[in-house]
Amino acid sequence: MALLDIRQRVGWLFMTVTVMHLILISAQVQTRRGVPMLEQAIFGTMAEVQRVTTGGIGEARGFWQSYVNLRETGRENEALKQRVSQLEVALQRERALAGQTRVLQEMLQLKTETQFATTPAMIIASGASPEFRTLTLDKGSSQGLAADMAVLAPAGVVGRVILPTPRAAKVQLIIDRNAAAAGLVERSRAQGVVVGTGSDRMRFEYVPGTADLKVGDRVVTSGMDGIYPKGFVIGLIESIQRTAGEFSDVLIRPSVNLSALETVLVVTSATEVPKADRPVATQ
Amino acid sequence: MRVAGALIAIALALALQTTLARFVVGGSTPIDLVLVAVVYVALTSGAASGMLAGSVAGLIQDALASNIIGIGGLAKSIVGFVVGAIGQQFIVTAAIPRLLVFMGATAVHALLFQGLYVALGLRTFSSPWAAVATQALGNTFVGMVAFATVESLPGMMERRRMSRRHKV
Repeated sequence: MALLDIRQRVGWLFMTVTVMHLILISAQVQTRRGVPMLEQAIFGTMAEVQRVTTGGIGEARGFWQSYVNLRETGRENEALKQRVSQLEVALQRERALAGQTRVLQEMLQLKTETQFATTPAMIIASGASPEFRTLTLDKGSSQGLAADMAVLAPAGVVGRVILPTPRAAKVQLIIDRNAAAAGLVERSRAQGVVVGTGSDRMRFEYVPGTADLKVGDRVVTSGMDGIYPKGFVIGLIESIQRTAGEFSDVLIRPSVNLSALETVLVVTSATEVPKADRPVATQ
Repeated sequence: MRVAGALIAIALALALQTTLARFVVGGSTPIDLVLVAVVYVALTSGAASGMLAGSVAGLIQDALASNIIGIGGLAKSIVGFVVGAIGQQFIVTAAIPRLLVFMGATAVHALLFQGLYVALGLRTFSSPWAAVATQALGNTFVGMVAFATVESLPGMMERRRMSRRHKV
């Protein structure tokens, strides 16, 4: 019965017998290097098995290490992101401080150069209505501010105080529809009146037809209005239109970027004072 | 019973092979009686028996001949398997097919045996074709005689028994 079973599995038996013979032969035959073939075959086979095993373990270890590293990297990334956020905030603060310092330096320079009594003020708000182009300063009548005082910036004229309160003051911008200032062309000394339009441009009116105007000319305050001291820049002529020999429309672009103002100087006295007698700026 | 007969055949072949070798010039005989026995077992008992008989006989032969143990066993087990398979698939009872099987088995055995030695770099065989052909003829002759003898034995026994009865 057993023999019958063996015969039924004769193919496997044949393979087994053949392999056993090969193993037996290999155990006796030596290779050219003097190593038994069986030993070499077993060693070679086991080496491959070990290589695969080691490779698998290495891969698994590498995968696990990568996973651990990835988690570590994730945590580190989160920490770094927070740190970057903190640094960005700090950087913005530093930039703001630097910008503020620069503005204050410019204001200080302007104050030094200006021969009038001035006081610096911070802009704390802008106009509530687009129809009225105004600003609100953090200083008011208790700091010596009064109506019709000129408000200046390092780049030029900003406007005038129209409503002082004890702790704040409203400033009408030079571009406001109701604003006006006596101006003259710096190059040709042609005079006129700079009128606000409510937009970001002003109109140069009442200019004689014989006046010498060119696009790009700088228009400064003439001081004739009794509000703005003479010689402060209002803006540059952007376009000129003539009709029947007269200037029908002369547009001026403000020299001050009114939307980016932070600090201004308020001319508290239009009377020129010697440098030694000027009050120290307070903010 | 067949296993016992196979073992007896192999043992007898080994004994004759080792005994006859001394009486041949050069100490080697062109007949491989063990191979003849393996082929006989394979043809009469099938592939598995032929393979096992070839394996055992070849291993013993290897051990006795101081060869690499396994080469002869492998060659004879393959021959036994193949011959057994042929015997199971085809009718190999006539003289010509048996003759061809013996010759083919000898050639395949020689090819495997000498091929393995050469492949392993253990020995070289100068002009093997003549030796193989001679051995094939010798093996075939012995095998055919063996088959004829074994197959005629029952008849001879019966005739002798009958003749004894007549005498009595």
